[in-house]
Amino acid sequence: MKKELKTFDSKISVKIILLILYLSCAFLFLLDFLLHKHIYFNMEVWSGFYAVFGFVSSVVIILIAKFLLRRLVMRQENYYDK
Amino acid sequence: MTNNLHPAFILILAAFVVPFLRGKMKNVFLLMVPLLGLLNQVYLPEGNLWNIHFMNYQMDFLRVDKLSMIFGYIFHIITFLGLLYALNFKNNIEFVAALIYAGSALGVVFAGDLLTLFFFWEIMSVSSTCLIFARKIPEAIKAGFRYFLVHLTGGLILLIGIILYFNETGSLSFNNIVLNSTGAYLIFLGFGINCAWPVIHSWLPDAYPQATIAGAVFLSSFTTKTAVYVLARGFSGVDLLIWIGLVMTVFPIFYAVIENDLRRVLSYSLINQVGFMVVGIGIGTNMAINGVAAHAFAHILYKALLFMSMGAVLLQTGKIKATELGGLYKSMPITALCCIIGAASISAFPLFSGFVSKSIIMSAAGHEHLMLVWIVLLFASAGAISAEAGIKIPFFTFFSHDSGLRPKEPPLNMLVAMLVTAFLCLFIGIFPGYLYAFLPYPINYVPYTSTHIITQLQLLIFSALAFTLLLRSGIYPSEIRSLNIDSDWLYRKGGKAFLWFVDNPMVKVSNVVKDTFFVIIPRILNLFILRPIAVLLLLFIEKEKKRELKEALFSGEIYYFNEIHKYWNIGLSVLIIILLLSIYLLVFFLQHIYR
Repeated sequence: MKKELKTFDSKISVKIILLILYLSCAFLFLLDFLLHKHIYFNMEVWSGFYAVFGFVSSVVIILIAKFLLRRLVMRQENYYDK
Repeated sequence: MTNNLHPAFILILAAFVVPFLRGKMKNVFLLMVPLLGLLNQVYLPEGNLWNIHFMNYQMDFLRVDKLSMIFGYIFHIITFLGLLYALNFKNNIEFVAALIYAGSALGVVFAGDLLTLFFFWEIMSVSSTCLIFARKIPEAIKAGFRYFLVHLTGGLILLIGIILYFNETGSLSFNNIVLNSTGAYLIFLGFGINCAWPVIHSWLPDAYPQATIAGAVFLSSFTTKTAVYVLARGFSGVDLLIWIGLVMTVFPIFYAVIENDLRRVLSYSLINQVGFMVVGIGIGTNMAINGVAAHAFAHILYKALLFMSMGAVLLQTGKIKATELGGLYKSMPITALCCIIGAASISAFPLFSGFVSKSIIMSAAGHEHLMLVWIVLLFASAGAISAEAGIKIPFFTFFSHDSGLRPKEPPLNMLVAMLVTAFLCLFIGIFPGYLYAFLPYPINYVPYTSTHIITQLQLLIFSALAFTLLLRSGIYPSEIRSLNIDSDWLYRKGGKAFLWFVDNPMVKVSNVVKDTFFVIIPRILNLFILRPIAVLLLLFIEKEKKRELKEALFSGEIYYFNEIHKYWNIGLSVLIIILLLSIYLLVFFLQHIYR
């Protein structure tokens, strides 16, 4: 049997991946201050607009889905067979 | 009629040959057919090529222009890849249904008039249903019937619309349809059902996860995309479509977050992506329609790729629920890689196909200064990354907690199909010029500007950050074995409620009606004729007696008011008879005396 691929299981690799993520976040956020944007709407000029928008909408979506939609629509797996 | 072969009939006729072939012959044949079809399509000249006169109408079977060509190309390509992926299943029903399905989708795309369109539209719904039935498990059969009923209804609405439209305009030609009459609205709605508009979308996440492994690949490619095509052809620039599209981009994201069945997550994200196209059709400028065509092209590839990778997981593990999967990258690295490429494409990561196609629609909204539309689309893009196919699918399948499963990679043909599709996603992302060359209108859009790359990367990475932080803090909703009700609740529970209503109150009422008109009233009439005095007496005597008399009447017995009456009656009768005879005698004598 072939040696099993385990790259992403060790704690170190998870830490490295997270570090890369955080660093690229910081890098992209700072890059925003240097970039001269070609835009359609005024708000795009605001520094960090895309970063904040992406982050906030993701959080909002996940929270609404978890705390609102799940309450409304979640049923037992055999709901329709009853 | 010209010498050109019709792309639809090539595939449909080939479907009838498939059952007679065996072994390698069949495999080669299945792969050659879409390639030959593609080659044939490349050499089709523009124009209306196949005109058939049918009952006073001219049917234009083969209208070739740039819009139909680009959909034709991608349909051929995905038919080839889908069949390659399906080869190891050796299931003739799937091959035949897939070829007919693909052929009729091509027929819709090349149809120049509404009658031809309807003809292929119906073949499409029948053949696609077979891809669901072919799974042969009870859930699939049930879902298949629901799917078929929805599309049958949709087809009927479309047909009524076409007939009314013909009455109103006197023309069946399929070009821009002005949305100002009942007929036009019904056609619009008929298209909308196949396009999975909100509320009438639920057939899609209901049926696609139940289809066969290869069937889902075909289903994800054709039905909604032919609907996108016909909407782009007939209703481009209809403002209503912008709003319909926006709802489509937003609401499935929430469902995708909490859904456990991963092929259903993909179904919801399919609706979200088709939403972008519908918005583009609603904007309706040349740039927007270019964006729609490009996004449909790219979308078919990456969505098929995602369905292929999930199909491979389902085939190798027999499981598709996020709760039962995880850690599969260890034994299925190639499948994992393909899935990640599909996910990167759907998230519009730079260098992947979504980046060069979705952004055209966004820019078209920007060009028209539709700020609200643009913001909602941006919101939906962020959601697509963090909430559904972008991270959720690859993460929960191939990473996350280790499920302990160690499945092998899928068979070679499936791997090759996935790798080729993944390659195409990357190729389009890296060299968008090749795709742009086929778009319906001239385009001078440059996707790779520093603004676009950096802003898109910010959106992506910060959405990913949100996902990561929420996951690590335990706020991200953990997967639960569950079912989420959607608008199919209306007809699933509604159907049950209807049956209950028929079984209970309706049956009771109908029993009363039946008893009254077919039992009680005829009986009373019958009695009235046989024993009129007794029946009339019923109206006058007191309660106690009435009941007894009734019983006697219905059982046919003779009834006496009391014991004495029995004898009294005989005496009385004799007395009356004697009396009558005496009168008779008297009259007789008197007659003789006074003669």
